[in-house]
Amino acid sequence: MAFLSYLISGISLGSIYAIIALGYTMVYGIAKMLNFAHGDVIMVGGYMAYMATTEFGWSPLPSTLFAMAVCTLLGVLIEQFAYKPLRRAPSLAVLITAIGVSYFLQNAALLLWSANPKSFTSVVPFGTLRLFDGRLIISGTAMFTIIICIVIIVGLSAIVHRTKVGKAMRAVSEDRDAAQLMGVSVNRTISTTFAIGSALAAIAGVLLSSAYPILMPTSGAMPGIKAFTAAVFGGIGSIPGAFLGGILLGIIEILGKAYISTQLSDAIVFAVLIIILLVKPTGLLGRKVLVKV
Amino acid sequence: MLTVNDIHVYYDNIHAIKGVSFDVKEGEIVTLIGANGAGKSTILKTVSGLLKPRRGEIRFLDEPIVSVAPHKLVSKGLAHCAEGRRLFLQMTVEENLEIGAYTRDSGEIEDSIADVYDRFPRLAERRRQHAGSLSGGEQQMLAMGRAIMSKPRLLMLDEPSMGLAPILVEQIFDIIAELNASGTTILLVEQNAQMALSVAKRGYVLETGRILTAAASADLLNDDLVKKAYLGGA
Repeated sequence: MAFLSYLISGISLGSIYAIIALGYTMVYGIAKMLNFAHGDVIMVGGYMAYMATTEFGWSPLPSTLFAMAVCTLLGVLIEQFAYKPLRRAPSLAVLITAIGVSYFLQNAALLLWSANPKSFTSVVPFGTLRLFDGRLIISGTAMFTIIICIVIIVGLSAIVHRTKVGKAMRAVSEDRDAAQLMGVSVNRTISTTFAIGSALAAIAGVLLSSAYPILMPTSGAMPGIKAFTAAVFGGIGSIPGAFLGGILLGIIEILGKAYISTQLSDAIVFAVLIIILLVKPTGLLGRKVLVKV
Repeated sequence: MLTVNDIHVYYDNIHAIKGVSFDVKEGEIVTLIGANGAGKSTILKTVSGLLKPRRGEIRFLDEPIVSVAPHKLVSKGLAHCAEGRRLFLQMTVEENLEIGAYTRDSGEIEDSIADVYDRFPRLAERRRQHAGSLSGGEQQMLAMGRAIMSKPRLLMLDEPSMGLAPILVEQIFDIIAELNASGTTILLVEQNAQMALSVAKRGYVLETGRILTAAASADLLNDDLVKKAYLGGA
């Protein structure tokens, strides 16, 4: 029974990683860049929801929507001002810029909200579930996080596969020039991708702060790196891969903490990543690009 | 319809196109022939906006288009079926056709898809398959089908015969003639000069970034120089 409860915590933590990893993987797939500032957008989302609930006195849903709106705008602006001018620059220049944006966001948060941790009020609408005479306890946060993650993955698959915007995204991801020749605006498609990824980051920020209610300017950094790992783990560029990678990473982390060592849990996570990449360099669901001439 | 006037295109410091001028009139099939590396594909990429000329002017439907972004030219009626087909291999046949009609209202594309399936029945059989699983000939058909989904007024085709068996090459050229007969103006780039000149009204012979000769197809087919260089001997 203890195992089952660890497993559920793992899936719940993994759901948050998955939501963040989706942002990494979509941006990588479409804009061909690693947006290392993505983790800090999560932190901004957390602070926005915090401000909305504590300072404006809003209820959880409008607060979350507010955080999503701000992060969407932030993501689009970051892309517009930091990355778009570097569209034809070497990828290393873009990577360094992304790290710069990450530090910029952390320091801006430090200036705005100081280094003192804020305690976040959970947005989760339901309480703890007790099963089997109280032997299996599932927290409301865990259930809520898992449900939101499933809703997001279903919604995102529908967007990517069924809508015109989604087809444009897949086209740009596969062949940017050919997509332009179809009349697809690459700039607008990349902008849309950043908007979606950043809105998801805001949701992740709210869920993360509900599960671990201490909010600091560096709160987004570690989950960001872990989610990036999850995206690579599942095969970067692949949406199902980000989902699978996130969930597995969460499970490995929690089980590692429970059965092996609390201190070593992160090391275990990265060790598993290294092993997977040694066996399958493109990640679990990543594929080699087939070129047929 | 299309006027290209003295364009110069560079890849970094390599002067690839050295002052090329030509024109395509409404209803024509015009071909650019020339050896590998003569600059044929570079010219098409410059017309469709993927490359910018350092000098020179390009007018499409009487508008200057050098500074227009490539995706905006599609809705003006210019389609470029690029070298190597450039299909979206991870998308299905039907999705490739749908994205070909990206600039049009989604309500009116069903008829166009049916029209493409009419011209290329093989594609209808494979509509749910990934484009990457098609044979070379089928891929070429899909590339052309996708290009006409935007209802272009000018269709630019880059090496449609590349890598295809002779029987398929004939089929592809039949379709080019059909498309032209139904009102699409065509600019055709080919290494297969014989086939290209058999279907085109006029041709330009290109050599290392310059136009060598321009003449009616029949004259080019009888030109000794062209015969020797591009039609396989006397």
